[in-house]
Amino acid sequence: MQALRYARATSIDEAVRMLREGGETSRILAGGTDVIVQARERRRVIDLFVDIKHISDVMTMEYDAQRGLTVGAAVPLYQIYGDANVQRVYPALRAAAHVIGGKAIQGRASLGGNLGNASPAADSIPAMMVLDGVAQVAGPNGRREVRVDAFCTAPGRSVLQPGEFIVSLHFAQPAAHSGNAWERFIPRNEMDIAVVNAACALTIEGDVVTAARFSLGAVAATPLMVPLAAEALVGRRLTDETIAAAGAAAKETATPIDDMRGTVKQRKHLADVLVQRVIRAAVEHARAN
Amino acid sequence: MVATPEKPVYKVIGTRPIRPDGVDKVTGRAAYGADIVLEGMLFGSILRAPHAHARIVRIDSSKALALPGVKAIVTNADFPRQESGTLDLGEGTANPKWLVDNVLAGDKTLYHGHAVAAVAAIDWHIAEEALALIEVEYEVLPFVIDVKEAMLGTAPILHSDLRTNVRARGVDTPTDRETNIAMHMRVEKGDIAAGFAEADIVIEREFTTSQFHQGYIEPQNGTAYWNQDGQITVWTSTQGSFAVREQVATLLQQPVARIKVVPMEIGGGFGGKIPVYLEPVAALLSKQTGRPVKMWMPREAVFQATGPTAATWNRVKIGAKKDGTLVAADVELCYAAGAYPGSAVGAGVMCALAPYNLANQRIDGFDVVTNTPKTAAYRAPGAPASEYAVESVVDEIARALDIDPMVIREKNAPEEGTTNSAGAPLPRIGAKAVITAIRESAHYNSELQGEDTGRGVALGFWFNGGMESTSSATVNPDGSVSLILGSVDIGGTRASLAMQLAESLGVPYEQIKPQVTDTDSVGYTAVTGGSRTTFAGGWVAYELGQEIRKRLVERAARIWGVDASTVTYSNDAVITGTDKDGKAQQFTFDEICKRFPTTGGHVAVTVSSRKNTTGPAYAGHIADVKVDRDTGKVTVLRYTAVQDVGTAIHPAYVEGQIQGGAVQGIGMALQEEYWYDDQGRLRNGSFLDYRMPVANDLPPIEVILVEVPNPGHPYGVRGVGEAPIVPPMAAIRNALRDAIGVNFYHTPVTPTRILDELLPRE
Repeated sequence: MQALRYARATSIDEAVRMLREGGETSRILAGGTDVIVQARERRRVIDLFVDIKHISDVMTMEYDAQRGLTVGAAVPLYQIYGDANVQRVYPALRAAAHVIGGKAIQGRASLGGNLGNASPAADSIPAMMVLDGVAQVAGPNGRREVRVDAFCTAPGRSVLQPGEFIVSLHFAQPAAHSGNAWERFIPRNEMDIAVVNAACALTIEGDVVTAARFSLGAVAATPLMVPLAAEALVGRRLTDETIAAAGAAAKETATPIDDMRGTVKQRKHLADVLVQRVIRAAVEHARAN
Repeated sequence: MVATPEKPVYKVIGTRPIRPDGVDKVTGRAAYGADIVLEGMLFGSILRAPHAHARIVRIDSSKALALPGVKAIVTNADFPRQESGTLDLGEGTANPKWLVDNVLAGDKTLYHGHAVAAVAAIDWHIAEEALALIEVEYEVLPFVIDVKEAMLGTAPILHSDLRTNVRARGVDTPTDRETNIAMHMRVEKGDIAAGFAEADIVIEREFTTSQFHQGYIEPQNGTAYWNQDGQITVWTSTQGSFAVREQVATLLQQPVARIKVVPMEIGGGFGGKIPVYLEPVAALLSKQTGRPVKMWMPREAVFQATGPTAATWNRVKIGAKKDGTLVAADVELCYAAGAYPGSAVGAGVMCALAPYNLANQRIDGFDVVTNTPKTAAYRAPGAPASEYAVESVVDEIARALDIDPMVIREKNAPEEGTTNSAGAPLPRIGAKAVITAIRESAHYNSELQGEDTGRGVALGFWFNGGMESTSSATVNPDGSVSLILGSVDIGGTRASLAMQLAESLGVPYEQIKPQVTDTDSVGYTAVTGGSRTTFAGGWVAYELGQEIRKRLVERAARIWGVDASTVTYSNDAVITGTDKDGKAQQFTFDEICKRFPTTGGHVAVTVSSRKNTTGPAYAGHIADVKVDRDTGKVTVLRYTAVQDVGTAIHPAYVEGQIQGGAVQGIGMALQEEYWYDDQGRLRNGSFLDYRMPVANDLPPIEVILVEVPNPGHPYGVRGVGEAPIVPPMAAIRNALRDAIGVNFYHTPVTPTRILDELLPRE
């Protein structure tokens, strides 16, 4: 690892200024669980880390039954999955946050970091996508909002422009009778990277699904929304057949690759299996609401 | 749980005292190789080959040497030239010519991650930066990873000096020019044609196994200081300080007496910490700089360049009569040795059919070089792959004949006097006792619950090693005994050997203080490996105790003015006799020790011993699994490991060894494997993607200790550590057959492979 500079920002404006002055080889440092590894392995040339963990906006989490949930970009995962409101209202987010890395990593890693890293297999991104997540982004041209489902553009790439960084993530309060769920398949039981992950958020009236969002990870160059799965379910009664149809739509939508973590055949099949599982789990959550 | 009803009454053996090194290990004070800090120390790092197979055209280190902080750079050319030869490393051998080229590549790099050059710099980061400045021009060559492909006439050739005149069946290996087959061996007995003619059923199957890594938690490391007077000190994590000394002396062409190896605490080895990788390089860098040089491997390098097992391709044909009697076996084993010859195929051959009394058999073994890391020993080296293939075929035979899988094994079990595959008779062994313990176990008699669940069993055999050990003991005036060991302590060596000395002397375990020491401070001791240490070190401890008893008796006799033959030493360490006036006298152990300073001095004894009276180990495992048909995921529901351990000196450590072996075997059965891309590059050189099981992947491993004492050891010790890794691959594979009706012929059986079988073909 090359010698590099470290700077601590205490406000968003200061962080923006430091990044602008640092130029292309400056990088935001939140938990550092991805970026420090990348620097050590020389996968990125980094001359300056701008630490944002001392900015209160990026380190706080707020929930309000009207406005929903706002999570600072660098809030560590253990705070998120340990939060009673997250557990009750956003179990998909809780489930994803709970399995990223081991305990030590979870004390540092964050949603902002997981999104900014833009891995196709990122565990939290599908959960954020189905929960209608919106990222607050700050940069040299001021603030803007980016929907999480439009954030990733390619493996490791996103819509963030040079000098921009994520400040926080916002999730609306779900409608009544809504539920959400997240699952992944890994060969081990922990400390692993998803072969496929899947998330679902839906709203039901009795047995009929009135709204649904699906997302899949590790089956394409970016985490994917799966509108065909939603179409297969919305306006229909929940039956084994409609659930299977949503699963089949997920399998159709997935465009995975063969690699050391799984094959095309396996991943397409798992997209089907996991989507059916998250539907059933989300319905259970909705009925409990 | 101990299944053996009767054994001798011991006072110390069989108890579970605290280990002497325990406090330091749980408080983090134990000193490992990475803890070494020396005045003026430099940090060394290694440049590794990016290709699977390439000729080194040119290495230009000038830019790297110019980087401030860089002190030296060495390559293969800095080592003395080596002739072909054989170094005995205790568990396996090494040819110095190949060893030096593995440590730093000669004219060719033979695998992705092969060491090419080494840098010493004032800190680790500068050393790493310097690597990027070393310019290496490669001529990239075609490569071969797969063992079967490596034997074909079309295969790229790794070494120009290998020839064969024997081919594996169905493979067109040329016999008139260079080949990748480094060695063929055959053992046979009986008449297999006649045997198969007697058979009512013959099953022949082919199996492949992936490469597995030992996965020790502590990476390789080595620190060396080449003093100006020519003395070389090496601090390292090794299973054998003397094996390191011999390899370093040979590679540097230095007298053995100039080299002192200090074994640090070791964070696991499993056979992989016997060959040297960094130590001779650190020594060369130290010679060039005049400063101590410390090196350690990043985890990726550990996977890329230190010894995994051989990937294997094996064919097993077994014939049986209707009643389950096995009558003939024809086995062919092809093991990928990696970049240089020397896989463990020989042990694979000798173990393949060892769980059975089988009159007519022939086993062929081929050692084949491939563009993968040079294999090293890994826990029962060679045995898991060959016995997995045999145990799978036996399972299919039992199914075809509708015989209980343990009944067929019992029917064909070897016993004392049964000849092994090479025709030599077995000593007293516990194969039948293990099978009985399984058949009587609660697990084997329990009902499987739920859908897609299955049960499998498999046996495992391992020889267990003997070889040479040395220890010294000094008896102190307060009755304490300092015990100096040449054996590195991996699985509780200090405690197990101290316990045997305590038993031999009849004193409490707490009175013995064992210490592991360096190569200058104790006599020659072979590696901690081959399941030999508790056996061989125990023999030494026993003989030390007996010698001390003799000396104390002589001392008492001298004090009492009588002949030593009239004095006795009881098993409670009480010395009894009558003095020259005919008066009854006695000393306790502590009392006579107090008299040392005034009656002729302290008692100090050294014993070197080399016994070949080893007792082989038999193991049998029971695995219950459940398969999720939707995802292909396997849950191991229940697992029991049964083993004849001879005598369990410290049962908790024995159980721990067996559990550890079972866990590594389960990882090999279900999850672990090397994964190469289409350029022959290892892509999963991390614990993230090389998936060893984690704690919540496993059920509790139940252990049943069977104790059939080894008559060739004063306390009946057999080795323990290796046999338990042998049965799991077949036990799990056979359980999967039971659960979902699919016979798998490759291991590991990953969820990907299970889904491949369960989903419709595309």
